[in-house]
Amino acid sequence: MTTFNVFRYDPAIDKCPKMETFDVKNERGMTVLEGLFYILENLDPTLCFRSSCRAAICGSCAMHINGQYRLACRTQIEHLKSDTVTVRPIAHSEIIKDLVVDMTNFFANLEKIKPYIINEGPFPEREFLQSEGERKGLDHLIDCILCGCCYGACPSAGTDEDYLGPHALMKTLRFINDPRDKGGKERLAFVSSENGVFRCHTVFNCQEVCPKDLDPSSAIARLKMKAVWNTLKNLVS
Amino acid sequence: MLKHDVLIIGGGLAGLRAAIEAAKNNVDVAIVSKIHPVRSHSGAAQGGINAALANNENSKDDTPEKHAYDTTKGSDFLADQDAVELMTSLAPETIFETDHWGCPYSRTANGKIAQRPFGGAGYPRTCYAADKTGLYLLHTLWEQTVKHHIKVYEEWMVVDLIVQDKVCYGVMAIELRTNQLQPIAAKAVIFATGGAGRVYGRTSNALTSTGFGMALPYIAGVPLKDMEFIQFHPTAIIGKHILMTEGCRGEGGYLVNNKGERFMKNYVSEKIMELAPRDIVARSIQTEINEGRGIGGQQFVHLDIRHLGEQKIMERLPGIRDICMDFLGVDPIKEPIPILPAQHYTMGGVAANKNCETEVEGFYAAGECACVSVHGANRLGGNSLLETIVFGKIAGKYAGEYVKGIDLNTEHSSYKNFTNKMNGFMNRLYESTGNEDPYRIKKDLNDCLDENVGIFRTEEKMKKAVETVKQLKERYRKIRKVKKTSSFNQDVVWILELEGNLLAAETIAAGALARKESRGSHSRTDYAKRNDAEWMKHTLAYYTKEGPRLEYSPVAVTKFQPEERKY
Repeated sequence: MTTFNVFRYDPAIDKCPKMETFDVKNERGMTVLEGLFYILENLDPTLCFRSSCRAAICGSCAMHINGQYRLACRTQIEHLKSDTVTVRPIAHSEIIKDLVVDMTNFFANLEKIKPYIINEGPFPEREFLQSEGERKGLDHLIDCILCGCCYGACPSAGTDEDYLGPHALMKTLRFINDPRDKGGKERLAFVSSENGVFRCHTVFNCQEVCPKDLDPSSAIARLKMKAVWNTLKNLVS
Repeated sequence: MLKHDVLIIGGGLAGLRAAIEAAKNNVDVAIVSKIHPVRSHSGAAQGGINAALANNENSKDDTPEKHAYDTTKGSDFLADQDAVELMTSLAPETIFETDHWGCPYSRTANGKIAQRPFGGAGYPRTCYAADKTGLYLLHTLWEQTVKHHIKVYEEWMVVDLIVQDKVCYGVMAIELRTNQLQPIAAKAVIFATGGAGRVYGRTSNALTSTGFGMALPYIAGVPLKDMEFIQFHPTAIIGKHILMTEGCRGEGGYLVNNKGERFMKNYVSEKIMELAPRDIVARSIQTEINEGRGIGGQQFVHLDIRHLGEQKIMERLPGIRDICMDFLGVDPIKEPIPILPAQHYTMGGVAANKNCETEVEGFYAAGECACVSVHGANRLGGNSLLETIVFGKIAGKYAGEYVKGIDLNTEHSSYKNFTNKMNGFMNRLYESTGNEDPYRIKKDLNDCLDENVGIFRTEEKMKKAVETVKQLKERYRKIRKVKKTSSFNQDVVWILELEGNLLAAETIAAGALARKESRGSHSRTDYAKRNDAEWMKHTLAYYTKEGPRLEYSPVAVTKFQPEERKY
């Protein structure tokens, strides 16, 4: 048996959140997500959490588990090396119910950076030709699954909901690095604005918690350099 | 009342592609999805997407016609060849479009989209973006819907399809955040709701791929076609059944039994080996296991990619390595991967023609939930992503044109009728006096399908499955009371989905029991041969309260006459 300590809150009924304890029959290899399903199916069908792929690719089940942001589906209970599993929702977002948070702001910030190729054509008849080097420039930047672990862990996102956040900034670099994109200057100007890269205080939380081992901190640092360089160039010319 | 011209249900690849296309007609388009679009199961697709681009040095004389032939042969001649030809001829342009929108495909040395060999294909034809092709495509198409300001009802669950007198008027939906049930009126509805993998317990599919999106049209009178054809992917990891892409074998991976033998040589020619179509590889692995040649005599064999070397694995199969490390604690650079076949894909689905139209006016279906039919009795790897974007686009085009001549009357009687019907259903859940546990029913259903309608099938087992599903449906009517909550009632969601599971399952079991032959993925030990004289036809399952009524329809044959399927 493993003890699950689960954050519960229904804003329609509860005055304040509480932690609730459940005994979960733990089988070898069981993940935290499976533990939550055990609770839902056997102990309390009102428990709320998001899930879908259960294979660490859809980004639904990001939660705060035993002190760290993780994907519940990717986290095996025995790897936590603890008799207790404590599960809380992602921070910096309004709680809808229990472990389900409102991600409207997370996605709204992403949409602000124009998260699509800016290129109105004309397009080649076939694919764009892209050298292996050019394609390598996108490596890792394209692997974000938008789970929100970095956003929850980011102190800047916590103090300012208009801060674009690590996910949106890394996505910006993904487009700037793509030769098919024509929005480079516009993008750099946008992330240089007050809610952009300079609001990042480089505490590396995003890099530390990313369940896909990505490095938004370094993407932001590279954007900062590009932004400064761009500003200098504009001053000179 | 909420209303739109074209309403698309499902935010995966087919749904997103349909939305982008429908919006080109200057009509009001919206997507309804029970999860955020980027959470869709399309994102789990790994290996790639097929098109005769002739980019690989070994595929210079590849053509859409050869792609069509391979697809038809792979389907064991059950696919409709006019639909297959349409798909393979549109494949190149549809893929180039996604490149123009930014899909980060891997590249050849001369900068073109890279292609790898896949099972059952005469040439390296599978375009790939490392081993996360589905994820990148999904994000790329979602990005386009952001660009075009397409409205998405995120986390709204469609719970009924409003159809009266064979005309579709919209859907009934629950906004999960508020638990409010309401109709959404639409001139045309496109279902792009994905597969029914979770009918099985051993499946590679997401928890959300329940088949509910097939069950709703089925209840509304649209037949489900060829549901007995269930694809078992040869290589899923043991325990969690997460997919190991066919790309592992496309890049040169081996399948090995307990003697260290590459056993595929005993089943297909030495030229083909691990790259036979999925139905054949899955049967071969299952035979090895059944005959005691699993590793340590257990229920798995090894997928070995060590000889590809660290560099190639990290470059082309990085996601595979992550999955192995995360879920098995195995590093495939150093150790072989323990795998077994698992349910992976529903070849059948909502019966639709090659314009994605159905028997109900104004109702369309595309992607895995539909059966057009391009996969017939066995789908080739790399053709499912292709189907989603080609037929998503086609559904969007035809629905977008159709709505121009239609008036929407929100006073129509159907909205009130369906609101009352659904409210009645919900109240019965909230006030039930039954004592059946829905999750126990789900477990029993999964066990039943795993055991009785698997890779190798017999009359006796399938009869048992038909009978068990019937009993489970009875138990479903006596489900215990559901607690009313103000938002995100997951219990309600899973209970509704369970009805979808049960209805999809009854069509799978009934179709399989009736089909007295072996074809593609449907492999019977009591009727081991394909029987074209009697069974070269599509199964159509129509909903009745007593269970599915089966009818049959002819297969469209254009260029390729049925022949013995040898590899």
